[in-house]
Amino acid sequence: MTMEKDIHPAAAGQEANAADAAGPATERSAFQRLMTVTVGPIVAAFLLSAIILMLVGINPLTYYGYILERSLLSGLGLEQTATRMAPLLFLCASLIIAFRAGIWNLGTDGQFLLGAVASAAAAPLLVGVLPGWAVLLVGFALAAIVGAVWSIIPALLKAYQGVNEIITTLMMSFLGVLLASTLVKLAFRDPATTVPQTRTLPVEDRLPRLFDTTISSGLVWGLIAVLLVHLMMTRTSFGLRLRMVGANPVAATHAGLSVPLLTLATFGLSAGLAGLSGASEILGVAGNVPANWNPAYGLMVIPLVFLARFHGVGAIVLVFFYSALLIGSESAARRLGVPQNFTLVLVASLLICLGLGEYVDQHKRKKER
Amino acid sequence: MGGLLTEAFLSSLFTGAIVAALPMLLAGLGEQMSEKAGVLNIGIEGMMLMGAYLGFFVAFKTESLWLGFLGGMAGGMLVAIIMAILCVRLGLNQIVIGIGLTLGVEGLTALLHHFQFSRTYPRLPAPERLNIPGLSDLPVIGPSLFGRHPIVYIALLAVAVMAILYRRTNLGMNLRAAGERPAALDVAGGNVLGIRIFAVLFTGAMAGLGGAYLANIGAGLFVPFMTGGAGFIGIVLAMLARGRPLWVLIGSLIFGAALSMTTALQVAGSNIPTDVIQMLPFAAVMLVLVLFGRRAKLPSALGAAYERGAR
Repeated sequence: MTMEKDIHPAAAGQEANAADAAGPATERSAFQRLMTVTVGPIVAAFLLSAIILMLVGINPLTYYGYILERSLLSGLGLEQTATRMAPLLFLCASLIIAFRAGIWNLGTDGQFLLGAVASAAAAPLLVGVLPGWAVLLVGFALAAIVGAVWSIIPALLKAYQGVNEIITTLMMSFLGVLLASTLVKLAFRDPATTVPQTRTLPVEDRLPRLFDTTISSGLVWGLIAVLLVHLMMTRTSFGLRLRMVGANPVAATHAGLSVPLLTLATFGLSAGLAGLSGASEILGVAGNVPANWNPAYGLMVIPLVFLARFHGVGAIVLVFFYSALLIGSESAARRLGVPQNFTLVLVASLLICLGLGEYVDQHKRKKER
Repeated sequence: MGGLLTEAFLSSLFTGAIVAALPMLLAGLGEQMSEKAGVLNIGIEGMMLMGAYLGFFVAFKTESLWLGFLGGMAGGMLVAIIMAILCVRLGLNQIVIGIGLTLGVEGLTALLHHFQFSRTYPRLPAPERLNIPGLSDLPVIGPSLFGRHPIVYIALLAVAVMAILYRRTNLGMNLRAAGERPAALDVAGGNVLGIRIFAVLFTGAMAGLGGAYLANIGAGLFVPFMTGGAGFIGIVLAMLARGRPLWVLIGSLIFGAALSMTTALQVAGSNIPTDVIQMLPFAAVMLVLVLFGRRAKLPSALGAAYERGAR
């Protein structure tokens, strides 16, 4: 797909970065920008989704109130929210690298699941053979490798043939999800259970919990991953190179960078982190992969990363609230009878309102000039 | 395997190929027009799913398949209108909005289905068929090729109409100009945004029709998330067809045949898990992209919003 003018995810956030670098902005306008491009879209998305809730006959205040109470105002809910953050944080790290480097990695779901299956297949067999920490280390390493391997075809096609990665990563994602399910049923099935699932990692061999809570320490690793990725992309020369490729691949080539190699590196890191995300859920919380399991976090994290303008700390804050939303809506699905799929509507509204916020912001700035 | 190549087996193979190919054909034809006009329509999966939902809903309520197809087209266009306003009129990022629309429709249709039918999946009666006199009596290929629902022939006719439209009409020229050099079209007095909005709406109608076919004829029922990537495959078909409608038809038939081959094998008794069968179309797409990806050609202004006077 030879495109003279490629569409890069970095271009979508580029305006914002350009504005940050444009010079001293007054406190007031910085606040206004935050309202237009971050807070505004979030509020608008909740309002839009509230209308849809009303259309299907649910009182949005009851629903949102329940989610808030269940996920943030109860001790157990808060612990569940914190635990759920781990896989989402790894996914954010994965997308921050990809988007900053101008790559649309839309295949994180497949990479996530195959990583999860790899760790679930290996870890329970290694218990007793290796010390506890080594079991976890091998599980994570395998997941990262398998996730990265799953991105090799889109990476090579993008780097050397110029084939648009949006389609190839999506296709590999569908394939990966189905392959993961096949592997659970045929290759790694626990013979001891009737329902197809992988062998279970005993609770005491999973990632340790934090202090006296039920929060998995995967949270800490997720936070570290996002912060490291953020520092790598903003403070190291390697990160600068990736961002150059993202901003303008032609210019990067002229500057002497090996764009194909950097593209391969981006895919490897991004997909590897998506694999780690799967492992964090399995080695930290679930312990096994049931057949046909697919939480489909991959595409849902995209609006968070855009809302955060690819900034690590911003992403962490948003992941916290999104995690609360997931925990609350899962509970609401059981208690209020609103299917979990409602979060898809909310995420979609968020993406659309995000685009609109960006549009309003750009037009305001044009007027100011 | 000796008894595999029976008349019944081949007949079901052809039938399956056409039933599987048609939604992809319609989606591919629709996407082709968007891409020609310079809009990468990632939201097509959502348009298709909305078409499947609304198409099924209308057909179920009115007990008319034809009204169902109209409903499907309306459903697809409904999503397309949002896409047209946001991505063409306002120039928002086509990929972000496309993903947003697809996710939104997935959630919305699942939600609506849940509140209307709860956990039941009502079925439509089997569709009527248009038997082409003489030809439909042929052995093996007769019933599968010449005894289909009329919408199949309409879709095939659309391939020819589109080919003529792109080659011989002003609209076809304008579409191409909007995708290759929108500024040139603007200077020549053409309406870039108008052409693009038309193309996106057309995509919505075609994808919606494809979705309605999938639900009403292919399956006979609506299941949430039922399009399962068929719209995305339509995008690949359009990319590889390099702007030629006939190639979308050929591509969709190849994918359809691959799909129905495995289904037929499974019916014939080989023991393959359904997951593996569902992997086949995607694996085929990847194989084709690996082999021919370099040769795919897309319009140069694809994905870029057009704003008069910008650089």
